[in-house]
Amino acid sequence: MNLIIIIVLSLIMVVMAVTAIIHKKLAVAVIATGVVSLMASVMYLLMAAPDVAMTEAAIGSGLSTIIFFYVLNKIRKAK
Amino acid sequence: MIRNFFIIAIVAGLAAIFVTLFWNFGDSTTLTPLATHYADKGAAEVGAPNLVTSIVVTYRGFDTLGEVTILFLVASIVSFFLKREKLQKDIELKRETSEIILTASKLLVPIVMVLGVYVFINGHLTPGGGFQGGAIIATAFVLLLMANPDFKINHRIISIVESVSGISFVLVGVFGILLAGGFLDNKVLPLGTFGKIFSAGAIPLIYSFVGLKVGSELSNILSNFQGIQKEEM
Repeated sequence: MNLIIIIVLSLIMVVMAVTAIIHKKLAVAVIATGVVSLMASVMYLLMAAPDVAMTEAAIGSGLSTIIFFYVLNKIRKAK
Repeated sequence: MIRNFFIIAIVAGLAAIFVTLFWNFGDSTTLTPLATHYADKGAAEVGAPNLVTSIVVTYRGFDTLGEVTILFLVASIVSFFLKREKLQKDIELKRETSEIILTASKLLVPIVMVLGVYVFINGHLTPGGGFQGGAIIATAFVLLLMANPDFKINHRIISIVESVSGISFVLVGVFGILLAGGFLDNKVLPLGTFGKIFSAGAIPLIYSFVGLKVGSELSNILSNFQGIQKEEM
């Protein structure tokens, strides 16, 4: 059961990482990187590292995504 | 053509390195001597049920001080480069905040803040600690800033909280030299009963200071990024 969850999560992570690289809209790419971090945090939890999982969920998918969006909004205005 | 050849050569070289790493990888079945020491004597020496915390705060406390310093440097560099000129006119925001985010922020911001404080106070008992708690507090500020774009975080309060907790963190470490085994030793305070909230010596104190410091630094970075949104280019 655990193995199936891990395989599904890694597939989602790979798909989202590729999306982040090749998608034309930057907003979609930023959200895709956030999803990669979220899945990584669930993965850390499954691998018995809850301390790392909490950091990854709060900083990787929360704060860095919002900072990317702030910067994106700024450079879009500058164009 | 030559450029493509170089790229392929570099990718092939990296692939060769990683394939050998992957084939030689095996799960270690025994602990290293250092890990054995931590696992056997960590609970008795430090008195914290969460072994990760006892390593991060006590055995490797100096590294934690370094990480907090790096975060402090990042926060100060961000606020140095994103400094707002007071003379600039604010431009109007185009969209109203949605009702859902407004209501949710009123309900959730206090709860998320309390969760953050819970995480860093209970750092020696449950998973989590100063960095995690501070990051959770900063996510509460994200919700607050998304709901009220005009909200301004009071920089004076943030800088006071940040510097007082930073100084106290180092002072607790120095007290460790004077009263206990060395810098950041947690036996400054009595170890107490194993598994209670006031136990594990100075760990709850140190983690509270780290949590307040990390939370105020990350909130400061966020409010700096939010501040430049309304600037005219």
